Amino acid sequence: MAINWFKYSAPTTFYGLAGKMIPWFAFSAAILFAIGLYIGFFVAPTDAQQGEFYRIMFIHVPASILSMFLYLIMAGYAALGLIFNTRLSAMMATAIAPTGALFALISLWTGALWGKPMWGTWWLWDARLTSELILLFLYLGFIALHASIDDPRRADRAAALLAIVGSVNVPIIYFSVKWWNTLHQGSTIKFSGTTMHIAMQQAMFTMLAACWLYAIAVVLVRVRSIILERERNTTWIADLPEVKQ
Amino acid sequence: MISLDIWMRENPLTYVWFGSYAVALLIFAIEIAMVKHKRKITLQQVRLMRNAGDDARDEGIA
Repeated sequence: MAINWFKYSAPTTFYGLAGKMIPWFAFSAAILFAIGLYIGFFVAPTDAQQGEFYRIMFIHVPASILSMFLYLIMAGYAALGLIFNTRLSAMMATAIAPTGALFALISLWTGALWGKPMWGTWWLWDARLTSELILLFLYLGFIALHASIDDPRRADRAAALLAIVGSVNVPIIYFSVKWWNTLHQGSTIKFSGTTMHIAMQQAMFTMLAACWLYAIAVVLVRVRSIILERERNTTWIADLPEVKQ
Repeated sequence: MISLDIWMRENPLTYVWFGSYAVALLIFAIEIAMVKHKRKITLQQVRLMRNAGDDARDEGIA
């Protein structure tokens, strides 16, 4: 049986599908957060060098990864909207931006909390930290630019350009620890393997999965509101059971 | 600042938990509350517009 994927690229069909998916993603995220926190605080051993402070990385690393991936996904959707003029793509880009910004904020905040006991400072103008801060500003710029233009289609196009240009910053963040002599440590997990304790890996990957599922759930709730707002003059919105109430 | 340095080294788990995890969970809770509020407001607006449209149609028929 062939599935027509393009069917779900229309707001009309995607709205219902998103509504059905949200509880599954939200529930799975809550379960995984609980498991991740349990492993991270009760199972994973204390680090020989960093002591208990290393446990910050179970939220810091997933938040940092999410902030970068969400930006690329947002820029991808924005580009699709710009090139093919698809309504849902632009709506998805708009829905992703606040969540991405919050993950960038959590990444910077938890990084500062880790930096104080480890480096002796909350902040320094290191290449990794500075490029992550620029990512937060790019998210905020996207949100502000979109909000400043009244016509949603024009706002989509203007914000899409900013998102696409800003995506250059993501590889800079990722490779900054290789390109420059930074204080921020390099990648602990590589394709060639890792030296991390198995319980530490379990905690980190569980928290990463939880953050992904949480982000998807929240973005789907937000995009449903955006669809309602933009399509409010259509008959299919007026016929929705939640609108008829 | 020195007292904070001493406190965080004496209570590392409290520092890690309240400083990062509690803050992150609070941010998630605020975001969830905001998206739910936004949906509620948007639904109210759409219902109002729908009712206004129905009223206008009824008056036109009358």
